[in-house]
Amino acid sequence: MVNERAIIKNLNFYYGETQVLQNISLPIFKNKVTAMIGPSGCGKTTLLRCFNRMHDLYPGNRYEGEIILLPENQNILHKNVDPIELRMRISMVFQKPNPFPKSIYENVAYGLRIRGVKKRSFLDDQVEEALKNAALWDEVKDRLSDLAFQLSGGQQQRLCIARALAVDPDIVLFDEPTSALDPIATQKIEELIQVLKERYTVIIVTHNMQQAARVSDYTAFFYLGELVEFETTNILFTNPKVKKTEDYITGRFG
Amino acid sequence: MKFQTFNKNSKKLLCFKERLIEVGLFLCAFLSILITLGIVFILISESIPFFREVSIRDFLTDPQWTPLFFDAHYGIASLILGTMVTTFVALSFAIPLGSIIAIYLSEYASHHVRETIKPILELLSAVPTVVYGYFALLFVTPLLQKIFPELSGFNMLSAGFVMGIMIVPYVSSLCEDAMRAVPMYMREGSLAMGATKLQTSLRVIFPSAISGIVAAYILALSRAVGETMIVAIAAGMQPNLTLDPREPAQTLTAYIVQVSLGDLPHGTVGYQTIFVCGLILFLMTFVFNIFGHVMKKLTREVYE
Amino acid sequence: MIPLKRRKAYDAIFVWLSGLVLFFSLLTLFSLMMSLLIQGVPRLNVAFFVSFPSRFAEQAGILSAWVGTLTVMSVTAVVAVPVGILAGLYLEEYASKNFLTSIIEINISNLAGVPSIVYGLMALGIFVYQMHLGQSILTAGLTLGLLVLPIIIVTTREALRTIPTTMREAAYALGATRWQVMRDHTIPYSMGGILTGVIIALSRAIGETAPLITIGALTFIAFLPSSIMDPFTVLPIQMFNWVSRPQEEFHQNAAAAGIVLIGLTLTMNALAIYMRYQFRKRIKW
Repeated sequence: MVNERAIIKNLNFYYGETQVLQNISLPIFKNKVTAMIGPSGCGKTTLLRCFNRMHDLYPGNRYEGEIILLPENQNILHKNVDPIELRMRISMVFQKPNPFPKSIYENVAYGLRIRGVKKRSFLDDQVEEALKNAALWDEVKDRLSDLAFQLSGGQQQRLCIARALAVDPDIVLFDEPTSALDPIATQKIEELIQVLKERYTVIIVTHNMQQAARVSDYTAFFYLGELVEFETTNILFTNPKVKKTEDYITGRFG
Repeated sequence: MKFQTFNKNSKKLLCFKERLIEVGLFLCAFLSILITLGIVFILISESIPFFREVSIRDFLTDPQWTPLFFDAHYGIASLILGTMVTTFVALSFAIPLGSIIAIYLSEYASHHVRETIKPILELLSAVPTVVYGYFALLFVTPLLQKIFPELSGFNMLSAGFVMGIMIVPYVSSLCEDAMRAVPMYMREGSLAMGATKLQTSLRVIFPSAISGIVAAYILALSRAVGETMIVAIAAGMQPNLTLDPREPAQTLTAYIVQVSLGDLPHGTVGYQTIFVCGLILFLMTFVFNIFGHVMKKLTREVYE
Repeated sequence: MIPLKRRKAYDAIFVWLSGLVLFFSLLTLFSLMMSLLIQGVPRLNVAFFVSFPSRFAEQAGILSAWVGTLTVMSVTAVVAVPVGILAGLYLEEYASKNFLTSIIEINISNLAGVPSIVYGLMALGIFVYQMHLGQSILTAGLTLGLLVLPIIIVTTREALRTIPTTMREAAYALGATRWQVMRDHTIPYSMGGILTGVIIALSRAIGETAPLITIGALTFIAFLPSSIMDPFTVLPIQMFNWVSRPQEEFHQNAAAAGIVLIGLTLTMNALAIYMRYQFRKRIKW
């Protein structure tokens, strides 16, 4: 049974005068991994950052259209929606691992702390669970008070995932999460994403087509700010309907 | 479990708090505008009565500046000339020395050498100006008198020289910033043609960074014009219409010090003269500072 | 065509020349220190620190001067440090790019270059005559506070700018508010740079003489202040007074006061440089 967790409807996005996203419409399915692929500059990251309204942090950005969260049936781009409240429900993992220069524990607990959670035992439980979900617990359980910078790159990225999971989000956004990692660390993250979809809805932007093929259930291919094709990953990679998609996945441009 | 985000009331409170913080911070930033307005207001309001007493013509053309004498003359020329000569002396040391150091630090020095030399140079600008004044009067002047026996005890040469040394780190660090902002590919382009480092520095890097370097020179100029204690201590307190740096002369700043040390009553023309000098100083440095700021911004924009 | 040998020779000559220039600059600093030490060290004894100024050079001391410097600096720090840091935060973290902000920015870079004596004239007009604060420690502290405000603002902004945007975005993405991002991340991570700026600003204020002369600092203070509304003197003014006298003995006092003054400012600067180095080592982005 496939449920929609969110629907993008006729989304246009402008960076100043330049239109970066052109009339995108796309469903996001619950407990599935949706990959967004396309050559650089195609708008996939821009679209991802619409989900937690990161664009609101910078002046001159403008949204048109809707992203409707289901089953609440709420348009998260509506100006009455507080982006801060939204970001509490939709977490993000960034391109490069960006842990805070704090302890491992404080990194994971941060999202709860800013929500005003003070109870130590509760924080301890949540941190442990998040680190377990991010497959990092066994590696760090004895040194939770160490600085996060002392971890390896791959561990740092899993720490960032734990940080995103600790607040129990509805949707987790991944923005090219392995682009700064070595192949072994990449494999671990990919495996992790497979597990995560059992509990969360995952959207991942990647420049790596093999990665999209490996981890995702659905794939959307973007080109120059437009959605070219959206299909189950299986179909999109074996039997694309649009010529452009075929050219891209067979490496004729990109 | 799901976390409750906010209820309506606490959210309103939070918004209010955020807003309050923003307004508070803005007021702090806005205070800087009030300082400038305060400066402009005081300088102008105290200068206006002065110009009711003294005609602009006398002010600009009278060769004498003797506001405190019974036979008062109000010719600003001698003070401005004094300021110009000390500034010129200072810059003729600070600009060449500062530029050479900047080229060396930016183009030749290894990271390690640069990180060692820069803090030591910074110490030069950490010395209080009154100490520099002492040094100019009681060390440099006697030393120079061995070379020029006719040099008077107060003179613009040693004051200007010491001022120049004080400004060297300022020039060098601003120039170095400008040159290091020139992207690596410019250097590589020149070096790949078989140019030496010196040729690359002088023909490629220096011209490419020129607006930043000019900015550095102008800001140094502004600083020399406004420098007070060194000239007040070592250049003398006598207005003197001369171009010879070996002679004593008074600058705009030194005159303000001289009057402040006395006890002229508030509201007299003599008292107002220091605000007139302040106004001229402010206007001069204002033009230099703005010009320098714009030039500095230009370099930044070219290579971003 | 210039032979390669000669081109290389020019290069070598330039390196020598730079070495010479650096040596010359440092030699000047060295002779400055030496001239102070030779003249001043004989006067540096306990009596010098615990005596008031006097008509007799050998009895004169810097008690009122260093107490004045301390009290004036406290006022300056209380005024300039919070305001400067908060203004820096506003400009770096809140201000959107609009007309008012760019005016504030240009204005601050201009203020940083306004001669200190002009601040003194402004303070004379506003604090002394309009607000009737008198020629007091309060007036002096406020004046120097305004004078070093741009330094604190600029260094605060520079420190904030070294924090990568990804750090802020990570916090925002977790639902932090603007204030939470500042309180938990930007301020703590830039504390090293901000403190460095504060120290440098205060060391600049300690050495300032001209603006305090214009507001009417006295040079002969034979009592200790009992409140911040009292008249005052400070170390550089005391030194200036002694330098301006013709007698050799007073020059020795000036040198001794200079040693104390330069000792203070150089120590503070060295501390700032050391702190900057330490913080840079501790957090690498």
